[in-house]
Amino acid sequence: MSPTATPARRQLPLPPVAASPFPYNPCSLLSTQDLTLDALSDVLARATALENQDPLERARILAKRRIALLFYESSTRTRTSFELAAKSLGADTTLVSSLSSSIEKGESLKDTGLTLRALGAEAIILRHNSSGAAWLLERETRLPVLNAGDGMHEHPTQALLDLRTILAHLRPGVEAVSAETLAGVTVTIVGDILHSRVARSNMLLLPRLGARVVLCGPPALLPELAAAAGPGIAIERDFEAALRQSQVVMMLRIQAERLAGMQLDLEEYKTAYQLTGQRLATFAPGAIVLHPGPIIRGLELTAGVADGPQSVILEQVRNGVAIRMAVVERAMLAGASKGGRA
Amino acid sequence: MTALVIRGGHLIDPAAGVDGPKDILLKDGRVAEIAAPGKLKAANGAEVLDGTGLTVAPGLIDIHVHLREPGQTHKETIATGTAAAAAGGFTAVAAMPNTTPPNDSPETTRWMQAPERGAVVRVFPIAAATRGMKGEALNDYAALKSAGAVAVTDDGRPILKDNVMREVLSAAARVGMSVIQHAEDTRLTQGASMNLGPMSFKLGLRGMPTEAESSIVERDIRLITELRDPRAHLHVAHTSTAAALAAVRQARRSGLRVTCEVAPHHFLLTEEHVGLYDTNTKMNPPLRSAADRDAMIEAILDGVVDAIATDHAPHAVHEKEVEFENAPNGITGLETALGLSLRWLHKEWKLPLGRVLSLLSAQPAALLGMKGRGTLAVGSFADVVVFDPNAEWTYRAREGKSKSHNSPFDGWTMQGKVRWTISEGRIAYTSSAQ
Repeated sequence: MSPTATPARRQLPLPPVAASPFPYNPCSLLSTQDLTLDALSDVLARATALENQDPLERARILAKRRIALLFYESSTRTRTSFELAAKSLGADTTLVSSLSSSIEKGESLKDTGLTLRALGAEAIILRHNSSGAAWLLERETRLPVLNAGDGMHEHPTQALLDLRTILAHLRPGVEAVSAETLAGVTVTIVGDILHSRVARSNMLLLPRLGARVVLCGPPALLPELAAAAGPGIAIERDFEAALRQSQVVMMLRIQAERLAGMQLDLEEYKTAYQLTGQRLATFAPGAIVLHPGPIIRGLELTAGVADGPQSVILEQVRNGVAIRMAVVERAMLAGASKGGRA
Repeated sequence: MTALVIRGGHLIDPAAGVDGPKDILLKDGRVAEIAAPGKLKAANGAEVLDGTGLTVAPGLIDIHVHLREPGQTHKETIATGTAAAAAGGFTAVAAMPNTTPPNDSPETTRWMQAPERGAVVRVFPIAAATRGMKGEALNDYAALKSAGAVAVTDDGRPILKDNVMREVLSAAARVGMSVIQHAEDTRLTQGASMNLGPMSFKLGLRGMPTEAESSIVERDIRLITELRDPRAHLHVAHTSTAAALAAVRQARRSGLRVTCEVAPHHFLLTEEHVGLYDTNTKMNPPLRSAADRDAMIEAILDGVVDAIATDHAPHAVHEKEVEFENAPNGITGLETALGLSLRWLHKEWKLPLGRVLSLLSAQPAALLGMKGRGTLAVGSFADVVVFDPNAEWTYRAREGKSKSHNSPFDGWTMQGKVRWTISEGRIAYTSSAQ
């Protein structure tokens, strides 16, 4: 505000911001914000039910239905687990990746999406390097779109599988979640918050269940304005102080591919923020350690921590398949979607 | 040329201090006579337009448009861009040089004004300040001026080098041309596609800090201060930040000839309007915070802002239907500026009608030295807009005259419907509905 501003000006009528038209398709999962707590509880319950179901019976749920996986970025966990999840439900999947398709020839995301729809895809699972790409694809195709990571923005199924992992350890047996389910729990997310879609999805989801999210990292990777992203988010620059408060510690990889010229002293970073066995034992001996992968051993965490008893990193991977079965089923079975927007 | 009479209208000409019921006679492209209703002396044989219930004002002047010609005719042409201007009540537009190739020569400057381009309102080219808009070698300003250019700028490629900007300001001052700066320190905005703030963090988009704009405005003001040439004129294009406005305000107090324009989207919208990646809200400078938007409103109301300019920047549909960070910057503006200004500045925020019209005509004409325009004094160019000030209507981008439809104001309620736009005595636009 300029120095001569008068308070009266603020009372001027102003043009409103239009309500979001998204999601166009109620079966889409673009953001965890698209799920009400009831819808979220359904997804968690279905994940467990599907995981425990007889595989032959499960394979009839989406028998011969068509799902496209459209991947503009490399991926191991997300792509494989979505593919396994869809196939476990009996669906036919087809993978289109940017390096072996007409995307290389300059075909736009819109045209690629329309082409997949014309080929019979009933839903598209999209991983893209641009923030917001899933919203564009959904608007143009009106198909159920499952966001498997868009740029630096969101990665909702990762947040859901992280939630499932956290609940399994801190609230065993709980599937119907409420605004108090994680009351009293502090989740610290450490490292390259700025470039992380995993951090954004988690910091928007976990406080809705009552958790406190503490963000920890150097200013270059964690700007102050991150705390304004939503309620229940705080910043703590001192890693050890953050660890002391935490029941859950989520380590993130430094995203070299998104640093865009930023100079980062990795030795300095490790000194301040590497999760070592000693730090963990001293400041958070009871916490579980999560990491969305890929992990870089010896950078954000030591090999000992990655393989140690507090690490639940491989459980997260297993939970990924269960969660993705549930969201794929939700995308394909219109009747299964309850709730809608939060 | 046929003579035209507008009878029974309410004439508002802020520059001439007229605000009342008047009949007006236009002849040979000029304003020939103004008289009390029914009292025109020389109106015999003239075509009569019935102005009953309508406001008659100097044709609007937009000093910041992109007509895309030469070279980008899939977005807009001089013919379609000026048709959009006429539909919006504009009778003169100043066209930015970021065409293909950039307008950095007297030849291109003349080409843009040639009758073959099919312009229906007057086009004033703004020439590139440096050769190829590369920010290095200066163009020949005297030659550009005699070819019809009204100012120089490197527009979207701001002049970052101090020594080059100093030379540009000095050379332009010597020939009496204005220097327009798109103030953006591009070293601070690489890869950024919206304002830096909580919204850009939340959307996972790289942000442009407000300092990228204000630091260049401050630098330019320092350079013009050091120049000590009273002929030097720095005009800040599409001001979007409170800090840049504060710098302009301060420079003005120091007696410098530093002026600024604000675009309707910057006094109406904020970064919140980006929503979930609406590429029709992507422009440069970007939509800013509510505090910055409030500062724009404030500066318009208290008179620091010299002109409303649209930064009309048409882009084809397919160019905007892409990932947000890959979409080109810019929105159309010619057909919505009057409707938005009347609706918000006048009706909601109570800025007197005469001042709104002055910001859209007399003041921009004075900024770029467009003599005989921005007023309807006898002898001036017969550039007139006649509009129904009370009509409310809904803007539909696809029904517009511009070749492009990239507007965030699609579906918005507008105030004031243009009935006729008259450019140098010729009717350039007539609304279809009576």
